[in-house]
Amino acid sequence: MRHSLAAWAFAGPGVAIIAVFFVLPVAAAFAVSLTDFDIYALADLKNLRFVGLRNYIELVQAPLFWRALANTLYFVAIGGPLSIAASLGAALLLNTQAARFKAFFRTALFAPVITTLVAVAVIWRYLLHTRYGMVNFSLTSLGFPQVDWLGDPHFSMPAIILFATWKNFGYNMIILLAGLQAIPKELYEAARIDGAGNFRQFAHVTLPGLAPTLFLVGILTMAGYFQLFAEPYVMTQGGPVQSTLSVLYLMYEQAFKWWSLGSASAIAFILFLFMLAVASLQLLVTRRMGGAT
Amino acid sequence: MIFALTTAVWFRRLSVAIIISASMLVSCSQKEPGVVEVEFWTMGREGEIVPIIIEEFEAENPGIHVKVQQIPWDGAHEKLLTAFVGGALPDVAQLGNTWIAELDALGALSDLSSAVHNSVTIDKADYFPGIWATNVLDDAVLGIPWYVDTRLLFYRSDILEDAGFEHPPRDWAQWRAAAEALKERAGPGNFAAFIPLNEFEPQVMLALQQKDPILREGGRYGNFSSAGQRQAIDFYLSFFRDGLAPPVSESELANVWNEFARGYFSFYISGPWNIEEFRRRLPIEIQDNWMTAPLPGPDGPGVSIAGGSSLVVFKQSRKRDAAFKLIAFLSRPDIQARFYALSGNLPPRRSSWDKPHLADDPKVDAFRDQLERVLPAPQVPEWERIAQELRIVTERAVHEDWSAERTASELDRRVDAILEKRRFMLMRSGSGL
Repeated sequence: MRHSLAAWAFAGPGVAIIAVFFVLPVAAAFAVSLTDFDIYALADLKNLRFVGLRNYIELVQAPLFWRALANTLYFVAIGGPLSIAASLGAALLLNTQAARFKAFFRTALFAPVITTLVAVAVIWRYLLHTRYGMVNFSLTSLGFPQVDWLGDPHFSMPAIILFATWKNFGYNMIILLAGLQAIPKELYEAARIDGAGNFRQFAHVTLPGLAPTLFLVGILTMAGYFQLFAEPYVMTQGGPVQSTLSVLYLMYEQAFKWWSLGSASAIAFILFLFMLAVASLQLLVTRRMGGAT
Repeated sequence: MIFALTTAVWFRRLSVAIIISASMLVSCSQKEPGVVEVEFWTMGREGEIVPIIIEEFEAENPGIHVKVQQIPWDGAHEKLLTAFVGGALPDVAQLGNTWIAELDALGALSDLSSAVHNSVTIDKADYFPGIWATNVLDDAVLGIPWYVDTRLLFYRSDILEDAGFEHPPRDWAQWRAAAEALKERAGPGNFAAFIPLNEFEPQVMLALQQKDPILREGGRYGNFSSAGQRQAIDFYLSFFRDGLAPPVSESELANVWNEFARGYFSFYISGPWNIEEFRRRLPIEIQDNWMTAPLPGPDGPGVSIAGGSSLVVFKQSRKRDAAFKLIAFLSRPDIQARFYALSGNLPPRRSSWDKPHLADDPKVDAFRDQLERVLPAPQVPEWERIAQELRIVTERAVHEDWSAERTASELDRRVDAILEKRRFMLMRSGSGL
């Protein structure tokens, strides 16, 4: 009894903060998602109607929502693995015995992470400019045709993925590097003695050793990438033809452009469910793989 | 126990912080005793220009200090709504006139009717009626037009003449015939007209020219499937369907002025800001070869959209008299003429147009003519959303080659859904049409 009282006394402030700043807003948001909160309700709360699940039903029926979801999944499915692969590649390179100026490269590759997203997005817009950008300059000098990166609906999302990968890979690289350094050297030695080549060492020593770290990095990246917003907001404003409209961008527009807070809250909850589902799937897969080895 | 103590400390600190910031606020707004500070939000480029004019106002009214805040157009709508929620609206603001209905639905705007009635400077009869109408809702005057923005035809007079047309088209049939002839002359890869797909205004203009209104039953439903509206949609789409206009938005043409100069297109639907841009950016040899013309209508000169910005006073403001003084000052014909000279924004009053700068400029004549024939876009709070849907649906219709019928029914479906709450509100308040 006394113990539990003491425990509550210690946990109390934390629990209180979580209750006030997390549980309460989430509950409020869920309540709002069941209403048609809009500018009329903003003028007078008497104009607020309880609409049950109508916001959710309307969203599920709205092509724009599916478009936003498809765009976001495209970004997560391609951008996520690409970004982790880039991080892993960079981490492996930095971890090799032959690598020189490790500290310099580690800092240089990490640099994009600490830059201001909006500022570098503006610079990338220059790089990706159809006629005067460096990317197209390089492409055309190699004999490829010009690409309208941010103006063509087929290339706008790849351009955003490229940018996000460049911006983010450094962060995961540091985590993976730490994971790599934690793998005992003896395992590699043993593998080499058994005659394993570079690839088999990678597949049977590095990857299993790195699995928990990779899982963490995967979850973090997935959760972060689902919340795609600032990149399209700065670079394309969701266009062209809504090809870079993400779920979060749609939510932002609903909430702060049209002040349809009911619908915006519903979007937030659907996005949350999606992220939960993908995270559980990742957990499941990792457990299975963990069980197999 | 510890928790309670820290809360008490925090509470005390918080109240101290509040007192300090409150006293700072007070000391800020009362820097000089007896001087009223009016906060004025302006959008985009106007914000850069207006301080020059404000200096004169402050010289005339030593008791008023104007604090100008510049808001970028992109974020202006969000900013206004957020400020309304946060109780942080300024005293006076520039407002796109299509936003008036929305802010009025929030009850944010103060009715200026009596102030206008008592004003010596603001003479309603001097304003172009279509522009004035954008500010009137249920007989309440909610804003005073500051400058106008309408769209009409920019054209290459040399190319048109060369193709055998002595004057710019005056009705749809002539427009269409001229466009076909120009396309023929321009050859493959070039076009007759450029109608930017990223703008909804061109389509709204054509829609306003119809006898059937854009919304029906007092703004309860979309009316796009009516015969007149369908005709407008079909006329718009036919420019793209028949290859008379390129299906692109403004940003896809790297440089509109270069393309206009080299004859990529000869008709361009655009607004007053482009007069200055054309003068500055087109090569000298083209300068005598471009002109503006009023918008052709279905049968004879047609109406265009009454766009532009108004000046409004917010209900939250406690300095409404000083705020209105500023508006009255900015509405004076001599000040409007100066504002035009500085910004290129066209004035909404006829007497401002008689001032030298505007009166001797042949390129703006068409605008003056057009301004006598402008109509407001539907004045419903949902208009901004409707306009966006209009742009999105039309863009798709152009890219996927939809028929006018399909476009119209898709528009009706989307617009009816947007107006659902409005129907509910009107039904509940029991107001008729």
